[in-house]
Amino acid sequence: MPQAPRPRLRLLEDERWLALVLLVPTMVLLGMFIAYPFVRGILLSVTNSRVGVPGEFVGLANFYKIFNDGIFRTSVYNTFVYTGVTTVFKLSLGLWLAMLLNRNFRGKAFTRAFILLPFIIPTVLSTFAWKWMFDPTFSVLNWLLYHFGLITGRINWLGDPDLAMISIIIVNIWRGVPFFAISLLAGLQTISPELNEAAAIDGARPWQRFWHITWPLLLPVTMVVVLFSVIQTFADFQIVYVMTGGGPANATHLFATYAYQIGIGTGLLSEGAAISLAMFPILFLVVIIQLLYIRRVEVR
Amino acid sequence: MGQVVLKGINKFYDSVHAVVDVNLQIRDKEFVVFVGPSGCGKTTTLRMIAGLEAISSGDISIDGNVVNDLAPMDRDIAMVFQNYALYPHMSVYDNMAFGLKMRKFEKAEIDKRVREAADILGIGDYLKRKPRQLSGGQRQRVALGRAIVRHPRVFLFDEPLSNLDAKLRVQMRVELKKLHLRLGTTAIYVTHDQVEAMTLGDRVVVMKDGLVQQVGEPLELYNQPANKFVAGFIGSPAMNFANVTVTEANGSLLAENSGLRIKLPDETAQRLRGHVGREVTLGVRPEDLTVAGAADADRPCFDAVIEVVEQLGSEILLDMKVGDGVMVASIEPTVRVKVRDKLRLAMRPSRLHVFDAKTETAI
Repeated sequence: MPQAPRPRLRLLEDERWLALVLLVPTMVLLGMFIAYPFVRGILLSVTNSRVGVPGEFVGLANFYKIFNDGIFRTSVYNTFVYTGVTTVFKLSLGLWLAMLLNRNFRGKAFTRAFILLPFIIPTVLSTFAWKWMFDPTFSVLNWLLYHFGLITGRINWLGDPDLAMISIIIVNIWRGVPFFAISLLAGLQTISPELNEAAAIDGARPWQRFWHITWPLLLPVTMVVVLFSVIQTFADFQIVYVMTGGGPANATHLFATYAYQIGIGTGLLSEGAAISLAMFPILFLVVIIQLLYIRRVEVR
Repeated sequence: MGQVVLKGINKFYDSVHAVVDVNLQIRDKEFVVFVGPSGCGKTTTLRMIAGLEAISSGDISIDGNVVNDLAPMDRDIAMVFQNYALYPHMSVYDNMAFGLKMRKFEKAEIDKRVREAADILGIGDYLKRKPRQLSGGQRQRVALGRAIVRHPRVFLFDEPLSNLDAKLRVQMRVELKKLHLRLGTTAIYVTHDQVEAMTLGDRVVVMKDGLVQQVGEPLELYNQPANKFVAGFIGSPAMNFANVTVTEANGSLLAENSGLRIKLPDETAQRLRGHVGREVTLGVRPEDLTVAGAADADRPCFDAVIEVVEQLGSEILLDMKVGDGVMVASIEPTVRVKVRDKLRLAMRPSRLHVFDAKTETAI
């Protein structure tokens, strides 16, 4: 006669207990690395704690302070410009690249892998390379432009507030396009080529086929990719930190770099936390809107 | 009008010669079916007519105009795809209207044509639905509707029924035939199903390995197959073949192999005069075999052992061992037979086919 399993094992046969056991690792990880820091951030932002000073509860004083801070306002403005401009370029370039890669040509697999390079190289490493390219003295860009006779003097890429912003935007686009291209390519490959053939016979010219067939069918994938990209770009840190450190004269700060500068650089922990948290409602709204939109598109 | 002429059409994919020198004249209002096993080049030929595939050499003309270099949209054709290729994000109505919208038809005219087509096909109730809310048969109708609203010169069908279940396929086959009678538009239809080819086609083009094997009316293919491939491909169950040696005895010709020794009827013997002593392939269809009775003494007869009995109700299929070979016979459902029975069968003398053993062409 088979032995009855021991009571402890029997407990796991109950689906409710089993579910709990299976969920525990995820809950621990999420709790330790997301929920706890998040809650600590909120608690920190309503105190006046500094490095070495535990601080006391001060209510919303920190938020009041940062909203009256000119550099904070510039960072907010910068973050929106940075996210908006790069997303438009990353989407259009990525889509264009994806459409090219979706064709049949020799060396297709190699090219597809090659395209991913900017995405694979550690950002800090590739950003340092870009920093050299934008360096006022050693800039290879200046050298090229000069030798093609397009400029006569040096362009101080990272020294001018507007050019510095353009420079970090270029680097972000360069780094982000592969993610768009490969994700959209995956989306394109789920669209049956017969649909395009049917449309071609139906009398649709290439751009009409794109607009009436490819674009609407790719939209759910596009929305997800844009969602991810917006979140990442909005909270971007590495590129700006390495390229300009927020300079010149705090002209290129984003939420994350400014929060770091205030919180860690200056040691005003609570104010830094407040700056980081100011990002949250905006991102939350973006996520909600896009998720609702994705659901609507998918139901169609 | 809708006359399609293929002149010396070839298609190469790198080193593969997918379509070999196809010549064909399709008349206005004709229903022509391309049939053959997969990889025979029939779909490639259709796609070249549609303009979805470039022609390696040759000319395709529609109503006298060479269309080799015209885009699909400028050829005035409509195509129904195997997987329907309905636009998933558009309603049934928009799917059918899309081609007309692209061609800048008036809204009222589009509406009139879509509703007319929906009426013909009985899909008027589903116009607002999305393709994925429809059954396979309904999707097939929408695909047909999308083609007929355009009033094109030529319909192209790429295995349109192969995704439907058997019962629906038979039903849609009949409807396609009716639709063609009603609209009278030239139709070119590709299938691997010889029953579809026989039932739908005014003429049937049998292809194999990129080569046209025979072009003819369905009964012509059935009665006078040009070679062993066509003979075996057309008709179900397939024709029986036996390799035999032609011998002469007492002024008449005999066909012999290990299990068969039959006297060839005069008409067949005439054709085989020059083949005495040589090997040929004898072909006879299952339905041209009968259980031999007293009246069949002068017919070619042979003995067989039954291995499998398949009762189909309207007929009985017998799988039999004849000498070293096997044959299938389709006999009257009233005959009582069982496995391992020995049976003497007679062939209808006028229905005997003979093929060259090497070239496989009909003699």
